[in-house]
Formats: sequence, C-alpha cells, structure tokens
Amino acid sequence: MRKNEFLAALRARLSALPVAEREERIGFYSEMIDDRIEEGLSEEEAVDGVGSVEDIADQILSEVPPARVEVKEKRKLGAGVIVLLALGSPIWLSLAVAAFAVLIAFYAVLWSLVAVVWSVFAALVAAGFGGIIGGITVAIVSNAFAGLALIAAALFCAGLAIFLFFGCLSATVGSAILTKKTFIGIKNLIVRKEKI
Amino acid sequence: MDIQLKRGLLDVCVLAAIKSEDSYGYKIIKDMKPYIEISESTLYTILKRLELAGMLTVRTSEHGGRLRKYYHITKAGLGRLEDFKDEWREVMSIYQFVTLGDTKNEKK
Repeated sequence: MRKNEFLAALRARLSALPVAEREERIGFYSEMIDDRIEEGLSEEEAVDGVGSVEDIADQILSEVPPARVEVKEKRKLGAGVIVLLALGSPIWLSLAVAAFAVLIAFYAVLWSLVAVVWSVFAALVAAGFGGIIGGITVAIVSNAFAGLALIAAALFCAGLAIFLFFGCLSATVGSAILTKKTFIGIKNLIVRKEKI
Repeated sequence: MDIQLKRGLLDVCVLAAIKSEDSYGYKIIKDMKPYIEISESTLYTILKRLELAGMLTVRTSEHGGRLRKYYHITKAGLGRLEDFKDEWREVMSIYQFVTLGDTKNEKK
C-alpha cells in the first residue's frame, strides 16, 4: 500500500474524531512512515511496518473517550443513505436551490420596501425644507397667501416626516432581526453544533 | 509482560528515551525496542498525556524537506524519572517478598 492510500484510508476510518485531533494523528503516522523510508525501507515496507489501517483505527477509537466518538458517530450516514442522497441530488438539490432563491427574493422584496419607506421619508423631508424656503420666497416676492399656503403644506410634510421616521426605524430594525435570525437558522441547518 | 504493569512502565520509558537529547517518534520507538515494545498509536497517546502533564514539550522542526516533531523533556519529566527510581526500590523489595523461599525449594 502506498503512503497516500494508507493515510487516506486511516483518515476515512477516523472520521468520527474531531478534525484537529484526526489530522494530528494522521501527521504522526505520516512522519513515522517518512522516517522508515529515510532509514532505507521502500514505501510499501514502511507502510507495512506501521501496521494495518484497521488495527490502528480500532486501537485509536478504543482509546478515545466514548462520549467524544459517539456524538459524531450518530451523525455518520450509512452507505445506503449516501447513495440515496447522491441519486436523489437532481431532485433535492434543485428544490434546495429553489427554496434558497425564494428566500433571497423574499428578502430582496422586504429590503426594497424598507428602502421605499426611507425614500418617502427623504422626499417628505425635502418637501418640508423646500416648501418652507419656497413659501417664504413666494410670500415676500409675489403672493402672500400662496406663500403661506405653501409653508403650511411644507409644515404638514415635515410633520409627516417626523412620524414616518419612527416607522422607518422600526421597519429597518425588524427586517434586520428577521434577516439575521433566518441566516442563523440556515447556518445551523448546514453547520450543526458539535457537542464535545 | 502483564498489560497493567507494562502500561505504568511505558510512560517512564518514553521519558527515558528523550532524557539525554530531544528525540522524535520513530527514534523513540527504535530506542525502546530492545527493552519494551510500543505501538505507534500507544506512543502517540503517551506523548500527548506527558505533554498535557507538563513532562515534555513539543517543537516542530524541518527535516529533509518535511516537518518532524521533536520531544523535549522538562524538569517535571526528569523529576518523574527520579521518582521512578525510588518506586523501583519498592518494587524490588516486593520482588524479594514474592520470590521468598523459591531458592530454598529449588535446592530440595
């Protein structure tokens, strides 16, 4: 057996171990094989000298406290399930992609609405300022009544803007919380927390 | 050798293998071989345990274009070897107790 084959087989058998611990052990065996080769053994002989993958993996797994192995072993998928997952991938993968696309679309709409509300707010503020300045100008330069009417309309806009500001704020905060929760949910679906 | 007895001795033997100079995994196994057999995975476990116990430190060093881990004994590790000498005197007296009268029987 070649060194790479040996290490790959060992890695597969130790899949129940936490990644860091597994890679450290793999590194340890890699060094052992290299040192044997350096001493003059062929690659095959060096690998044989370390022992069989099965025995090594069994011994390692028997030494590791069971609690640390078990949690991960429960998550290990059987060969049948893996085959089904692979065969079914054209169906579930496209469904998953579609669901994800719907979700993205939903958030795009949600945030667009938030942007719209803020735009209305900005428009009202602009109308308020513009109206007051324009109204004063009109009142002084030409028609006093038209100017006053313009100022009144502007004040109305400004008042609405103040109300809308709080609406905008809570809409943004609410959307942000919703988005965050959804993404945490998605993340937890994909990356499950390891209890070690 | 009895597995329980061997287990206790392996820790001490690994420390003895790095006592005079820093050593690496394969050399430790080779140096121990004339006295006591140890498998790679057992050695790994023992090295890890001794490291956690502060009896040795590990450093990674380049060797011939690859990395190799060298193990260095600490004061605590040397202390453990000293303790072992005392313990072994006790074991020797137990041995005498166990073998008491054996030579007399052989003479008969």
